Amino acid sequence: MTLDFGLIVQNLPEILAAFWMTIWIWIVSNILAVAFGFAVATLRRYGPGWLGLLLRLFVEVIRGTPFLVQLFLLYFGGPFIGLSLDPIPAGLLGMTVYATAYYSEIFRAGYNAVPVGHVEAAECVGLTRGQIIRRILVPEMTMLVLPQCVNMAILMMKETAILSIITVPELTLVVGAIGSQQYAFVEAMFLLALFYWFLVEVSGFLGRIAEARLSKFRFAHS
Amino acid sequence: MSMRLFELMLWAAGNTILLSAISILIGFVIGLMVCAAKVSANPFLRIPGTLYVSLFRGVPLLVQLLLIYNLLPAVGIMVPSVVAAVIGLSLCTAAYQAENLRGGFQSVPRGLLEAADMVGMSPWKQLVRIRAPIAFRLTLPALVNEAILILKASSLVSVVGVIELTRMAQNLSASSFRPLLFYSVAGAMYLVICWAVAGGGSIAERMLRTGSRA
Repeated sequence: MTLDFGLIVQNLPEILAAFWMTIWIWIVSNILAVAFGFAVATLRRYGPGWLGLLLRLFVEVIRGTPFLVQLFLLYFGGPFIGLSLDPIPAGLLGMTVYATAYYSEIFRAGYNAVPVGHVEAAECVGLTRGQIIRRILVPEMTMLVLPQCVNMAILMMKETAILSIITVPELTLVVGAIGSQQYAFVEAMFLLALFYWFLVEVSGFLGRIAEARLSKFRFAHS
Repeated sequence: MSMRLFELMLWAAGNTILLSAISILIGFVIGLMVCAAKVSANPFLRIPGTLYVSLFRGVPLLVQLLLIYNLLPAVGIMVPSVVAAVIGLSLCTAAYQAENLRGGFQSVPRGLLEAADMVGMSPWKQLVRIRAPIAFRLTLPALVNEAILILKASSLVSVVGVIELTRMAQNLSASSFRPLLFYSVAGAMYLVICWAVAGGGSIAERMLRTGSRA
């Protein structure tokens, strides 16, 4: 087996486009999923009982089934119920739905981790529910959930590779295709692995910096 | 869906369970070794152990599977795809299990080990009688969690052609043009398996807890 890494240099434009696709889908789906996940957790806490039950079922089903099966159901099953999506929108939607369930559980745990006394104190001084969420729960919880959110975002970075199976032109698909064309699939996959590793390590590093900055006041006042 | 097709799906679900169970077990053994290497004082063990965990946790499982599946024949090792799949799943879960185990061993209260020293227990006896049982009990929830993750991740081995639940659903939907039905059934089966594992895990935790006073 000879390692021929020239194939990366020769196909740089396509690889860069694929890299951008991976990053773009990753960022957009994570931002949407954090927003929806927060909404789901909040509705499960304050919404009507039937809605809470429904959302709980949604979370359980998404968390209990493989991402790949969800994608197949959406991409191949969707057209049968009038939901014909191209690979990229299907991938984005699939990622968002999947991550929403996980983020909502993180936020649910975050809500529960805020000391009850703080909420009771806020009620005593007459804050409304909206004010309590905005001024007490969210600021306190942000710091508590940040490590898990970073963790989840990194997991989602790795999940983007699965989008290649429904032919989203992201890194895994494009690098794999180049590798097959050039009869250098193993080298291509090897480089791809190193690349994901690099991305994950960098995201983890940035996440730790963010955590350190956001929890600084904890030590400043104690 | 006819009875015959449902039986095929059940058989495929059995393959998923088998594949995951074997990978979890092998991964546990490798994970123990990686964990031991990672906490070792010897840098020639510690650095490879740390690198192993970082690499296998930092690369998407799909890429690992594609790499192993294509690498083995390229270096002259001819194995069936199911073996490549088990190798891939085991190596990946080993990295996660090593981290769980490390956390478990580090959470064993120091006082217990000091007490064991005081009564003259040998390090080996301390490991067998105190550290391992307590660490195992502490890591059990994480192990159950990892088992569920691997059950779901095993759907990825469908891309290297192993006939498990996802692949079977894929084949059946391709031949019948009913993807909604077959992927929903596959999803429901995954759900039932995952719930069963989670339920079994909490029963096991409760049984183990009776031994401790905490």
